[in-house]
Amino acid sequence: MSDTRTGASGQDSEKPELEVAAEESPDVEPIPEPEGPTEVIETDYEIGQDNVERSWTLSFDIHQVVFTWSALAIMAFIVLTLALQTEIEPFFTGLRNWLTGNLDWFFLLSGNIFVIVCLVLIVTPLGRIRLGGPEATPDYGYIGWFSMLFAAGMGIGLMFFGVSEPLSHYSSAFGGISVGEDGARTDWAPLGGAEGNVAEATRLGMAATIFHWGLHPWAIYAVVALALALFSYNKGLPLTLRSAFYPIFGDRVWGWPGHIIDILAVFATIFGLATSLGIGAQQAAAGLDYLFGLGTGEATLVFLIIFITAIALVSIVRGLDGGVKVLSEINIALAAALLLFIILAGPTVEIVTGFFANLGAYGQYLPALSMPFGREDANFAQGWTAFYWAWWISWSPFVGMFIARVSRGRTVREFLIAVLIVPTLLSVLWMTALGGTAISQVVNYGVTAVQDAALELKLFEMLAGLPLTAITSFVGIVLVLVFFITSSDSGSLVIDTIAAGGKINAPVVQRVFWAIVEGLVAIALLLGGGLIALQAMAVSTGLPFTLVLLAACYAIIRGLMNEPR
Amino acid sequence: MFSRIVVPVDLAHLNRLDKVLSVSADLAGLYDVPIIYVGVASTVPDEVSRTPEEYAGKLEAFAAAQARAHGIEAMSHPLASADPQGDLNRILRTAIDTLGADLVVMASHAPNWLDWLLASHGGSVAEHSHASVFVVR
Repeated sequence: MSDTRTGASGQDSEKPELEVAAEESPDVEPIPEPEGPTEVIETDYEIGQDNVERSWTLSFDIHQVVFTWSALAIMAFIVLTLALQTEIEPFFTGLRNWLTGNLDWFFLLSGNIFVIVCLVLIVTPLGRIRLGGPEATPDYGYIGWFSMLFAAGMGIGLMFFGVSEPLSHYSSAFGGISVGEDGARTDWAPLGGAEGNVAEATRLGMAATIFHWGLHPWAIYAVVALALALFSYNKGLPLTLRSAFYPIFGDRVWGWPGHIIDILAVFATIFGLATSLGIGAQQAAAGLDYLFGLGTGEATLVFLIIFITAIALVSIVRGLDGGVKVLSEINIALAAALLLFIILAGPTVEIVTGFFANLGAYGQYLPALSMPFGREDANFAQGWTAFYWAWWISWSPFVGMFIARVSRGRTVREFLIAVLIVPTLLSVLWMTALGGTAISQVVNYGVTAVQDAALELKLFEMLAGLPLTAITSFVGIVLVLVFFITSSDSGSLVIDTIAAGGKINAPVVQRVFWAIVEGLVAIALLLGGGLIALQAMAVSTGLPFTLVLLAACYAIIRGLMNEPR
Repeated sequence: MFSRIVVPVDLAHLNRLDKVLSVSADLAGLYDVPIIYVGVASTVPDEVSRTPEEYAGKLEAFAAAQARAHGIEAMSHPLASADPQGDLNRILRTAIDTLGADLVVMASHAPNWLDWLLASHGGSVAEHSHASVFVVR
């Protein structure tokens, strides 16, 4: 089929030559053919109608309300946090603790709903619906697509918690239950713990870790991503969070209800990214110091943030295909190499059998761990699980929107298997290899270096127990940095799209602006103090977004049922 | 002199293209060669179109209108991208090669202080393409 259409008569002689040439080009994606019937929503809203577009030295194209209010509110929060440190930090950490302490059942229950909705959609006939229309073809191949999903979704967390979390749950489970004077449990063991029982404590520790990194977080991302993809590709609405609310609010989503949803999304994303950048720079600096003795002073941290932001800017300017996609692929290749090395150099047989055993343990403990009511292990359920759920949910606008952007042309079933099942299995393998090796070092060899190390050094202490430490630790540090660069890049892409009213063709300079803002916020709070306050605030946005996600579940099901089948 | 002219167009900002459209049409008339209008659609809905398919229709109509207005031969070559701004330079370079064009006429913004970071699309294409490039400011 020809990609070049004749606009004037008498061009037939040109066509065959163009056809041949077009098929030889692997890089340029030709226009997809008619993509079949979808239920396009009729609305009077024109994309970009609320935007201001100017061109002086710089040209820009932004949604007036969302951009202006987000930018003003971000500045106000920074000034407030820096000026009123002693008041702000206790306020937001208090808010976060209150939310995860009192509404833990709500987070856990909602998490379960998201998983069930996704699993049900995989097996029902609704799973056959294709994002972008029945005849749409995928924009990205499996490797590029999957790398981007995974790098955006977890990335950095796996580096830091892959070793520490299994070890932490193992230790608390092994320690067993302890009860304080008021009768409440003071231990952090998951469920009933496994006092003095090495094998059972290992199983419980791994199950609890996989629980936090498995189906639930990916279902949270999948709900946001699927809602956005469906309402954008199939229903013709702009790619911005408010579009998923069309079934609920109707044309009012183009007014303030929609503005508030989008502003909240910008907020959660920029604060989440800035705090990760700040806290992550501290962790990366600790790793670099461990390897090269560079010190962890403020100068090192500021240099690291500037370095990460600068590389991210280069990637941003190279666009999605030339930037984020390439970075994600490098990420996954490096992570796979490290994982393979740990499996081969570590206790290989233990890891391989452990993979299946841990999967079994996850299945066995899943009902008890995900139970929202009547929990005896309040410390674990509130301090770990509810905190994690709020954190994943506050990240979901960013990750979900990025996943949606690269998932056109996939069926709902294919999409959910790739976003839910495959990453979960990979997380199980990753946690088994990293955490399992660390636990094995403690249990079998009595090496406690990893257990005693600071959180950000646990990965390196674990690698120190294996051969080729210098090389693997260096790969570890590079991975940490590349994951950060990828987040900064894809985050700017997402914030810019939301702040431009869902337009993805706004000038690239706007992404540069957002990436620099992220870096500046991180540096300001790192030097002035207030990262903890901001992180607590980012996690607190998990509550409103839980409501948003629940509404999105309804919108997805309504939207899919209305698609022609 | 030339056998085929490629003119990249941004359907969302046609008002900025007056000069490019008339210069390219003049050149097409002078050398009696066809123009291929290349446009890149967003894969998500935007102000021009809701689907890449709709975009293709609009670009085809645009080419037909240009052909009538200037009495030239015109074709359209629609492409689609998940990042039509960021990936534009690469997409255009590949399209120019694919189409076998030997002259590109395109608009570009005037040089400014941001060019060290964000080179103009016209500049980037001129730097890397084998075709002759006429950058219109």
